[in-house]
Amino acid sequence: MAWDWQVFCKTTTDGTVMASCLGSDGDITYFEWMLDAWGWTLSVAGAAWVIAVVTGVLIGTLRTLPNSPVLVRMANAWVELFRNIPILVQIFLWYFVLPKAFPAMQAIPGFLLVVFALGFFTSARIAEQVRAGVQALPRGQRYAGMAMGFTTAQTYRYVILPMAFRIILPPLTSESMNLLKNSSVAFAVSIAELTMFAMQAQEETSRGIEIYLAVTALYALSAFAVNRIFAFIERKVQIPGFIVAGQTGGGH
Amino acid sequence: MGNLDFSLLSWDLFGKFVAKGFYFSVTLTVVATLGGIFFGTILALMRLSGRRALVLPATVYVNGMRSVPLVMVILWFFLLIPFLIGRSIGAELSATITFIAFEAAYFSEIMRAGIQSISRGQVHAGQALGMTYGQNMRLVVLPQAFRNMLPVLLTQTIILFQDTSLVYAIGAYDLLKGFVTGGKIYGGPEESYLIAAVADFVIGWSLSDGVKRLQLKIAIIR
Repeated sequence: MAWDWQVFCKTTTDGTVMASCLGSDGDITYFEWMLDAWGWTLSVAGAAWVIAVVTGVLIGTLRTLPNSPVLVRMANAWVELFRNIPILVQIFLWYFVLPKAFPAMQAIPGFLLVVFALGFFTSARIAEQVRAGVQALPRGQRYAGMAMGFTTAQTYRYVILPMAFRIILPPLTSESMNLLKNSSVAFAVSIAELTMFAMQAQEETSRGIEIYLAVTALYALSAFAVNRIFAFIERKVQIPGFIVAGQTGGGH
Repeated sequence: MGNLDFSLLSWDLFGKFVAKGFYFSVTLTVVATLGGIFFGTILALMRLSGRRALVLPATVYVNGMRSVPLVMVILWFFLLIPFLIGRSIGAELSATITFIAFEAAYFSEIMRAGIQSISRGQVHAGQALGMTYGQNMRLVVLPQAFRNMLPVLLTQTIILFQDTSLVYAIGAYDLLKGFVTGGKIYGGPEESYLIAAVADFVIGWSLSDGVKRLQLKIAIIR
């Protein structure tokens, strides 16, 4: 088999090979289409990440509240609901079922619906990490907050969450990378992201191996970038002398 | 919710469309779990062998698989298998091979952690008894590693079951496809997604509840 990397310099309309690999007169090449698709992947994943972290931290914190059994139970139900339904099915629910059940939702763009689907799906996983992170803290931390006369909200704001945040950075890294990978499922509702590009460009050009290789490389590169960003944050916020509870393990 | 019409709910929907998909999803889960654990254990042993010629390829394979979305891996195999063997093998068989290869990477990480959780003393005890590396692994380390890792292995299997829905990308007939196909024929595609979600939730929730119970049981024994 011979490689044909020129496929990326072809225009999407008539397949002319452009010397610059860039289209002209409103026509684009497969290379430009792929970069555009990469942008969509990053936007979907990025927007969903914000929803996932905000919701996940909130739900995860609620699950650790003392003396609020109702809130704890509701937050637990949230996690079970969004964790036990496959992401593809959740995307269909947001994209097809909700707009049909509630016609007012038909005005919401598909992109946003997919972002919510991915965001809430991931929020359940993050909530689980946040709960584990808070519970991994020594009980004395909470008591110290109480002894200072802090309210529950203040204890969380100034004592528990800043510590828990550092504990959950490693699992948050892998959840963020998972979110990036899961955004590929958006192809199923025709979001013009990388996987959608791969499937369509493969069909149009029959150069599937070159197209898939490039798309796979972009996914791997993006996941690697996420990993490095988190490693950087982890180093920056490290508390000297504080050993992350999760890492030491064991003990009695 | 008044705009949804659930008249498509019937025994026929399940008997004619869902059952076939459910059967495939379960088969795929079982085969991929067993195959994934088998190859995953081999990969884990390669990574722990300390021999560069074994460590490097296994590490590249595992990290490579783990940095690519499953949907892309499914598409890759569906494209590559006919290209390599010269004929098409069908979406279902292609999906099965993909899942074994993909899950092996994830199971290998679980097994690696499991093997590393066995204290060195156990390995040394085996060596002191004159066991070969193979005997030591087979009779001492792996049985304990499997046991320690059982809840995690089962959780991964539940995730695997949920992931079978992604064979949608190549049109294989799984549980979700069964609901969707039936939904289209009975004139309720949206409703069929909702029923599929309920079915998935019930399956996923009861399985993970079972794992939780098992975890408690194991924790008490130890």
